[in-house]
Amino acid sequence: MPDIYKIKRGLDIPISGMAASSVRKVSGVAAAVCPENFKGLTPRLLVQEGDRVLAGSPVISDKNHPEILLTSPVGGTVKSIVRGDKRKLLAVLIEPGGGDTVFPKRDPSAMDGAQVREALLESGLWPFLVQRPYGVIADPSLTPKAIFISAFSTAPLAADTEFTLSDDIKYIQAAVTALGKIAPVHLSVKGADSVFASLDGARIHIFEGRHPAGNVGVQISHICPILKGDTVWTICPDGLAAIGRLLLEGRYDVRRKVAVCGPAAVDPAYIEALPGMPMAGIAPFCGAADGLRIISGDILSGTCAGADGFLGFFDNQITILKEGTEKELLGWMRPLRLKQFSADRTYFSWLLGKGRRYDMDTNLHGGPRAFVMSDSYYAKVLPMDLYPVFLAKACLAGDIDKMEKYGIYEVLPEDLALCEFIDPSKNSIQDMIAKGIDLMLREMT
Amino acid sequence: MNPIFEKGGKLYWLHSTIDAFESFLHVPGTVTRKGSHVRDAVDLKRVMIVALLAAVPAALFGIWNVGYQHSLATGASPAFWADFVFGLGKVLPLFVVSYAVGLFIEFSWAQFRGEEVNEGYLVTGFFIPLIVPVDVPLWMLAVAVAFSVIFAKEVFGGTGMNIWNPALVARAFLFFSYPASMTGHDTWIALHKGEALIDAATGATPLSLAGDGVSALESAGAQYGTGFWDLFMGTVPGSVGETSVIAILLGAFILIWTGIASWKIMASSVAGALFIGFIANATGVSGLPAWWHLVMGGFAFGTVFMATDPVTSAQTETGKWIYGFLIGVLCVTIRLFNPGYPEGMMLAILLGNTFAPLIDHVVTERHINRKLRKARGR
Repeated sequence: MPDIYKIKRGLDIPISGMAASSVRKVSGVAAAVCPENFKGLTPRLLVQEGDRVLAGSPVISDKNHPEILLTSPVGGTVKSIVRGDKRKLLAVLIEPGGGDTVFPKRDPSAMDGAQVREALLESGLWPFLVQRPYGVIADPSLTPKAIFISAFSTAPLAADTEFTLSDDIKYIQAAVTALGKIAPVHLSVKGADSVFASLDGARIHIFEGRHPAGNVGVQISHICPILKGDTVWTICPDGLAAIGRLLLEGRYDVRRKVAVCGPAAVDPAYIEALPGMPMAGIAPFCGAADGLRIISGDILSGTCAGADGFLGFFDNQITILKEGTEKELLGWMRPLRLKQFSADRTYFSWLLGKGRRYDMDTNLHGGPRAFVMSDSYYAKVLPMDLYPVFLAKACLAGDIDKMEKYGIYEVLPEDLALCEFIDPSKNSIQDMIAKGIDLMLREMT
Repeated sequence: MNPIFEKGGKLYWLHSTIDAFESFLHVPGTVTRKGSHVRDAVDLKRVMIVALLAAVPAALFGIWNVGYQHSLATGASPAFWADFVFGLGKVLPLFVVSYAVGLFIEFSWAQFRGEEVNEGYLVTGFFIPLIVPVDVPLWMLAVAVAFSVIFAKEVFGGTGMNIWNPALVARAFLFFSYPASMTGHDTWIALHKGEALIDAATGATPLSLAGDGVSALESAGAQYGTGFWDLFMGTVPGSVGETSVIAILLGAFILIWTGIASWKIMASSVAGALFIGFIANATGVSGLPAWWHLVMGGFAFGTVFMATDPVTSAQTETGKWIYGFLIGVLCVTIRLFNPGYPEGMMLAILLGNTFAPLIDHVVTERHINRKLRKARGR
């Protein structure tokens, strides 16, 4: 019997623009490799403009761990190398028109841990493994305490993995079997009737509740909290499908169904896309509107990609929002303000029924202030056993002892995203946590 | 915004002030830059305005009661509107002084530091007139407000950073600097110039009359009603907004309903007061039944509006229980054992504020140790 965890704290943000369960064709299959997607990676470029690459050919390696490779998602020619300030490597653009690297087919149940590591490293699928604490690329020289997978996402407008991956169950099964050779695998599903609940070789956990119940960090804290000295790895379901295809069919295929959604998206639906897809590919979803923000990921923790950006390596969701640059007359003074959503009881959104959806935009709805509300105000959307404001303040102060005590090892910024959402003081809580994690990385490793 | 207020413009030095008025009228068109791309519609202005609204019933009642007490004490027959207008004439200047002095300092400070003006004083400035005697000289109030805004708030970094509740610091400043205007029998009932109390009337509050218990209160022969329900209604002299428990309960309902204030702090503060009250009553220290402490003096107002200030109260849920209980206990203890002055709520809350970080420290330490033990046991 799987363990059932009923998560009481949390918040489902009722934003409009849910993707319909259908796949829409989009043109253009160009792709890019973006080293910025990977925390803890120092990129070394392995190709030049004009080089021919195959899908699965190495493009970038990690300076600190040369065995970690980022490989091309598509066969073709290296079209350009995009650099930012101080010649920082931002993206390697690949023009499609080439074949696939052929990897050996394998039987996952017959492999040992070392072979699994090797297969993932040489194919470039290794970077799917994220290591906690800190959310960096997994260190191949370590063996984690366990590998955690959340088979679903509760983020606003998240892609429904039951829809996107229902044809890939045999690949996911192969990947779970293979990862089980490295460390025990824990897989969390949203209900006993999930397509993932019948997977073998993993301990199944059922998580019920509102966002962030689907965040793997929240699940880990309920299953087995990360203490100082612990290392665990996590991987997303799309990564599992890719690993399965590599092992069973010998090809590097990171194609996935991506939900294009959001209040400003025209006819939101799913598309098939490769990580690193230029956002120009989703132009039909943007319509003719100006002033849009295109986010790779969800509205809480996604990256602002912009029209020239790319789909992130881990993302299976693109959210399109209107920029909220308009002033709102007498906003906070209006007693009802029914068109705006607030989880706070000083407004009346909670009276309007669960089915109501709001066309939200990127307006901050106020000015930044110091923390005023007490810790428990934020804790009501954080189903983890820690004190969010104490942790955020420890990060602000750069106090490593306190950060350790208040649980910096357990969290990634995304876990506290809802605290940031509901904050009346408009603090950048995720940024505080991210800076705290950077400090820990500098000081502790 | 007019370009002369923008950077490089002639009047740039006024930009904080202009910003403040601008953002008072409009929610600005600022968009999110980091982290969560959408945000909840709530902001501190909303939170503060609701906290202020919760105190409006107490303020309105207080204004009427100032007039009502004046009528009783001068032998005039009470008339609702006449009493209200008299009260308004006495109380409105307190509000004007409180806001004028406090906001002037807030605006200047924000201007000086180039920051946005913080809305915290909207609430503080509303509470201060409600917790002082109606006859406090306006210049004293001005000095107290200035002291509190500068030394209890701005030097710590403004709203959200302060250790003590600024409204109570203003009151404490008045209390220790000008005791003659804050205590005694001449400050609680407002009079016109040249007017005097009628012979049978007393200027004392129920709290100071009740030294030896309910019988003392009854036999004092005050011109106002001194029964439990009179005190509950609030038709007695006292600080402007503190007398009516009914009006305060209305505010408590709003604060708890909206989640701005913690019901745990309120409940445990009441429990703490009853606890000491019962012990004192049972051991003969005080002739006053425990529940009388809840309706007298500033206990109700302090518990609902002052102790629950999220900035200066305990942050953790367990801490809130301890913090509230401590305030209730301290309040009644000070009332019973302090010979000089009958009220204890102000000092109890300021002491509670002082101990709140320590309480939180102990609570979080214990929590972390328990969590570590549990995790290691797995």
